[in-house]
Amino acid sequence: MKQKFVKKSILPGFSLSLGFTVFYLSLFVLIPLSMIFLRTSSLSFKEFLDVIMAERTLAAYRLSFGTAFASACINAVFGLIVAWVLVRYSFPGKRIVDAMVDFPLALPTAVAGIALTELYVPNGLLGKFLQAWGIKGAFTPFGITIALTFIGLPFVVRTLQPVLEDVDPQIEEAAASLGANRWQTVTMVIFPVIIPALLTGVTLAFARAIGEYGSVIFIAGNMPMKTEIAPLLIMTKLEQYDYTGATAIAVGMLLISFILLGAANFFQWLTSRNLGRT
Amino acid sequence: MSIEVRNIHKKFGEFQALVDLSLKIETGELLALLGPSGCGKTTLLRIVAGLDFADQGQVFFGDQDAQNQKASERGVGFVFQHYALFRHMTVFDNIAFGMNVQPKKVRPSREEIRKKVMELLKLVQLEWLANRYPWQLSGGQRQRIALARALAVRPRVLLLDEPFGSLDAQVRKELRLWLRRFHDESHITTLFVTHDQEEALEVADRIVVMNQGRIEQMGTPEDVYHNPVNAFVLNFLGNVNFFHCRLVEGKAIIGDTVLDVPGLSVDKPHPAKLYVRPNQFKLSRYAGKGTALKATVEYVNPAGTVVKVNLKTETGELIHAEISQEEYKHLKIVKTEQVFVSLKDVTYSEHLKNNP
Repeated sequence: MKQKFVKKSILPGFSLSLGFTVFYLSLFVLIPLSMIFLRTSSLSFKEFLDVIMAERTLAAYRLSFGTAFASACINAVFGLIVAWVLVRYSFPGKRIVDAMVDFPLALPTAVAGIALTELYVPNGLLGKFLQAWGIKGAFTPFGITIALTFIGLPFVVRTLQPVLEDVDPQIEEAAASLGANRWQTVTMVIFPVIIPALLTGVTLAFARAIGEYGSVIFIAGNMPMKTEIAPLLIMTKLEQYDYTGATAIAVGMLLISFILLGAANFFQWLTSRNLGRT
Repeated sequence: MSIEVRNIHKKFGEFQALVDLSLKIETGELLALLGPSGCGKTTLLRIVAGLDFADQGQVFFGDQDAQNQKASERGVGFVFQHYALFRHMTVFDNIAFGMNVQPKKVRPSREEIRKKVMELLKLVQLEWLANRYPWQLSGGQRQRIALARALAVRPRVLLLDEPFGSLDAQVRKELRLWLRRFHDESHITTLFVTHDQEEALEVADRIVVMNQGRIEQMGTPEDVYHNPVNAFVLNFLGNVNFFHCRLVEGKAIIGDTVLDVPGLSVDKPHPAKLYVRPNQFKLSRYAGKGTALKATVEYVNPAGTVVKVNLKTETGELIHAEISQEEYKHLKIVKTEQVFVSLKDVTYSEHLKNNP
């Protein structure tokens, strides 16, 4: 949208509300974040590289981003199904199921972590069955992915719901009357319309999973090089009073996240630019 | 392809949408389902299209029972009131959709599809919009694209659900003339739903007037307009005035006044409700031979092809009359003047059992 910086508007209070927004974002986001960079800048570039390129750090990054990505992918599929069911069908207890989606947001993450660990340890309720298949649940990247999936679910479902509700049932009927089968209708007519929202939801879930700490540390087992996530490594550094080392790792995470989220936003723009507002 | 529905019943919860409805649409006919909202006309259309299912009754395409055919197998072109275009697809892709989803074996080649789409775009006179998206088009353009999309699959029948309902008056008129012309050339069996009597009267070969899930009357536009079978049809097809009166041979007694009623034969005197269209009144300044109702002019609006005059009789009844511009020039009536009203004709009279 091309317009002058301040367009004449019937709504009053633009400068006031913009001023407030900038102040608020500075106070709660920008200043704390810049502290991280400030602290890191006491390191020389070489020292900085030494910290973030250390094998243990790289392993933690790989694990954090890898499991976060896996959990986001899982949520993309199952979150979509949950949202679809909640929007499209009515069944007894629907409101309860709908409320359950928010549990992962409301529950203290540590509680969730303990509960999940209990379930997935080799002799736990679900871990037993996994054990029988030769899969280890808790204390593996698989366990971490489970915890992150749990945490990310509401983001996908809650972003998709309003968009799915907006999909006009008549476009499905139109597709059917034009001879499309159900699969073609879903893939060619419904999917393209909800993809941008799905991407947004998945990105949110992914971003949340990258920074997740509480629910993961119990189920992860925290073995360096194997199941140590980046946020935990930061905690470890802090406990050793290595504040600059901790912030350096944080800066590394920020930069990677920034690039990934930027890419996700680009794809979101790419898929939504032709949808228009009708 | 003719369409026949037999003894269709449909309930939505407690609401009876269609009651034992049977109807046959002949091959090549353009038939309008006309009725107020909630009369079941859209439901009937959707049942024919396979988008809804009747509780009882059958739908036939030709002599083939469509019971087990899905919407996608019926070969119908369906046009929605709100277009239902695919908004992430260009106009071209929208129209090509029906061909693109065909199984590989019967699907036309890309070049054939392109040719067909351009042909259809030409038919709806929107060739230059092929690469636009639906949200970049006006309502009238969208509906024409929706029509082209429906025609792309060479449907056996065309079903239109209030196709012009959300367009503005000018575009609506243009499009319905276009539809009529298109039908005259293509002769595709067409069933279209509308609540706009003017649209139905202007476009259709035959009109089916529906009310509360039933058919009230079926016939040519001329027939239903001039010979309505009941008061509902009469009311629905244009404005009408009514009077409680007592009918005797050739006369109607309204209050103390005896009016001449041309073209009405009565076996024996009886109380009745007399229905008169606005253009069936004759106004004059003087009581001529025969008698007339005395009335005061309350409102005159000469803007339009006819002059609208509202009158109030001595007994307090309101009359909405329409006279031609020539008559108006001749009469030169203004508000609060007194005139005499007589009847040129009567559309319909209802036999009442009780004394009015």
